Amino acid sequence: MIYSRPLIITILISLIIVFAHACGGNDTSERPSGQTGSAEPALSDFELEHGIGPVTERIELADEFDPDLVEKGRNIYEMKCEMCHNMEGRMVGPELGDIMERRSAEFVMNFILNPSGMVREHPVGQELLREYMTAMPFQNVQEEEARAIVEFLREYNELN
Amino acid sequence: MTNNKSKTLRGLLLGAGFIAIAAFIFTGCPSQQRMLDTGDAAQKVYVAPGEHDEYYGFFSGGYSGQLSVWGLPSARLLRVIPVFSQDPETAYGYSEETKPLFETSYGFIPWDDSHHPHISQTNGDADGRWIFINANNTPRIARIDLTTFQTREILEIPNTGGNHASSFVTSNTEYVIGGTRFSIPYEEDLDVPIDSYSDAFRGALSFIAVDQQTGRMNLDFQIVVPPYNYDLGRAGKGPSSDWVFFTTYNTEEAHTMLEINASRNDKDFIAAVNWRKAAQLVRDGYGTTMPGEYYHNYYSGKQGYAVNDVKNGVTVLDTREIDEDFIYYLPTPKSPHGVDIDPTGEFIVGGGKLATVIPVHSFSRMLEAIENGNIIDRIDGIPVLDYDSTIIGEVENPGLGPLHTEFDGQGYAYTSVYISSEIVKWSLETFEVVDRIDAYYSIGHLLITAGDNVNPEPRYMVGLTKTAKDRYLPTGPKQNHPAQLYDISGGRMQLLKDFPTIGEPHYAQAIRADKIVNQVAQIYEMEENDHPHAIRRITENRVERDGNVVRIFMGSTRSHFRPDNIEGIRVGDTVYIHLTNFEQEWDVVHGIAIKGANNTELLVAPGETKTIKWEPVRTGIYPFYCTAFCSALHQEMQGYIRVSAADSDVALSWKTGTN
Repeated sequence: MIYSRPLIITILISLIIVFAHACGGNDTSERPSGQTGSAEPALSDFELEHGIGPVTERIELADEFDPDLVEKGRNIYEMKCEMCHNMEGRMVGPELGDIMERRSAEFVMNFILNPSGMVREHPVGQELLREYMTAMPFQNVQEEEARAIVEFLREYNELN
Repeated sequence: MTNNKSKTLRGLLLGAGFIAIAAFIFTGCPSQQRMLDTGDAAQKVYVAPGEHDEYYGFFSGGYSGQLSVWGLPSARLLRVIPVFSQDPETAYGYSEETKPLFETSYGFIPWDDSHHPHISQTNGDADGRWIFINANNTPRIARIDLTTFQTREILEIPNTGGNHASSFVTSNTEYVIGGTRFSIPYEEDLDVPIDSYSDAFRGALSFIAVDQQTGRMNLDFQIVVPPYNYDLGRAGKGPSSDWVFFTTYNTEEAHTMLEINASRNDKDFIAAVNWRKAAQLVRDGYGTTMPGEYYHNYYSGKQGYAVNDVKNGVTVLDTREIDEDFIYYLPTPKSPHGVDIDPTGEFIVGGGKLATVIPVHSFSRMLEAIENGNIIDRIDGIPVLDYDSTIIGEVENPGLGPLHTEFDGQGYAYTSVYISSEIVKWSLETFEVVDRIDAYYSIGHLLITAGDNVNPEPRYMVGLTKTAKDRYLPTGPKQNHPAQLYDISGGRMQLLKDFPTIGEPHYAQAIRADKIVNQVAQIYEMEENDHPHAIRRITENRVERDGNVVRIFMGSTRSHFRPDNIEGIRVGDTVYIHLTNFEQEWDVVHGIAIKGANNTELLVAPGETKTIKWEPVRTGIYPFYCTAFCSALHQEMQGYIRVSAADSDVALSWKTGTN
């Protein structure tokens, strides 16, 4: 017998190794970072309380309402929010008449300014999405406009 | 026996193993073998998922009337911008806002043949503000805004039959030019025998001024010229930027069987027009006013309805009546098609369609010939320059039927050649062909990235071909027109990709994406919505009746309409639904379709207001729904309209939200 069985097996295994290494160019074991979505970053105490978004510090709220700011906020609210929110009773989204009792000003602003981030990463946002099934859209509202909406909602809450 | 079998098996296995090793050593992996066959073409056109292309390509739709937008080098279709033809998908040409764009002095024209898109320029380079495109059949020019990718304006061109030599811009977009492919009667009496061609017919070259702030077009003047066919045009560059150039054929003045009768002369002309001087002559009062109605249609605000500005009369310069010379004929062989100016502005390249050479005129020699009076003839006052005094080179052996030329800025020109179906690359120094490559099949125009600019970018070339035949899976007797993408960054042209397109991609331009991408609008801002029938507060949703006209002021957001229950519409009413999309998030679109509506749906971008006209023909409950898959509750986004008999007394009412 010229060729032993182990020799044949060795040659075949070698061939498989050669092919596997030489042609294995489409290795998918390394994923680009940020694509897995499995590990949620831990939220800070501030973020848990006041939301995730551009507002990262407490803002000062005067006891007196600023009437100009209230009016500005009302305009934006009517143009960009009222389609989906009632002051009393749920609609597409939650009722907002008492929102300033339930959430901080910073939380409301971050939800307006970063709605997709809030429903994706914040436990309250995730819970709201499960409940309402419609993700709140970004309505092209700037930070100072979100502040004005908060002022309008504060006054509404106070008067009603 | 068993042992023998075993030996045989071992032998076979070993043999197979050695063959496999040998095959691997000599040819590599199967997948690498395919790569070797096509070179690195696949790699060069690969744009990874989620990544963006390097160039926007704007391809005319030819007989589709539209303008398609492609990413290059991937050749991914990004969008089809409707321009001269109705588009039920977007309601373009069906919505009340866009219908006025199609009005002409011949009435409502819902189709045309769009040929030559041209991006606005600053200092001879494409700047990405607007793109213009011509309608060939019922002569018009459209302007598309490259922030919204929306047709904003259509200007009818009077005294013109087939606006083919259009819509090329001058170096700083001072003018968009147009030229009549058919000469037609130009005088007030249009009802003349066709046999009176040489006496009664005239050509017209049009100069459309562009407002640099708004882009708004204005037909500044026309030049009346002898009754030839004015085929294509291009503006000069650098030293020649005060000039535009048009090709002519049919200097024989044939009006029947042009195939034979317009191919007799050995030379026709390139018309060189000093547009700056012509414009000055107009300012100095040399023009006369020619009557003639034409439509100028445009949006006067950011949103709202396009308006029809009906004009009458155009200022005309007639070479027969003006002593000043501002236009010259350069004899050019033979029925030249394209005329293209190299990046330095010096070389005027004729596409000698029926010629055996590519003729190249020199702009500086042309100026000398004018200065030295090398004039061999005058036709209707237009000086004809001596061929030998303007020509600087004739490219020999260019193939059969050279048409169009673009440039790489590295000293080379690339000319499409129709009959022999190829592209030839030739040197602007030696006027010799240095490379050639096949086109599949029958190439018309070609584009080079920024290839008609002062600063071309020698990256890619696209050949726009006229028949596909066997290039793709067959789809019946008529195949879509192809385009081929080539790499021209190396010494030789390399075919990278072959892809079917929309309509007839007649001419196309490509602009580096970074010149446009940052200006593109993602929404229509609600604060700036100046549509007269927009609602800016959802509480303004309502229905109004004025006689038989009913207006529904409706709002949409994910995932409902307001109002969504409407009663009190009667047969015989004309109903306008003004839908404002309250979304302010990029690419969140809502639509509306109504059962029995005999035109189209609406598709409304974020922050936009659009209107559909609906004339219900019989009583009943009419469902309507959102046509754009907008959310998880898209299928819930619906409503009902009750249509009662013409004499019904059902009160007009509307509501949302409470059963």
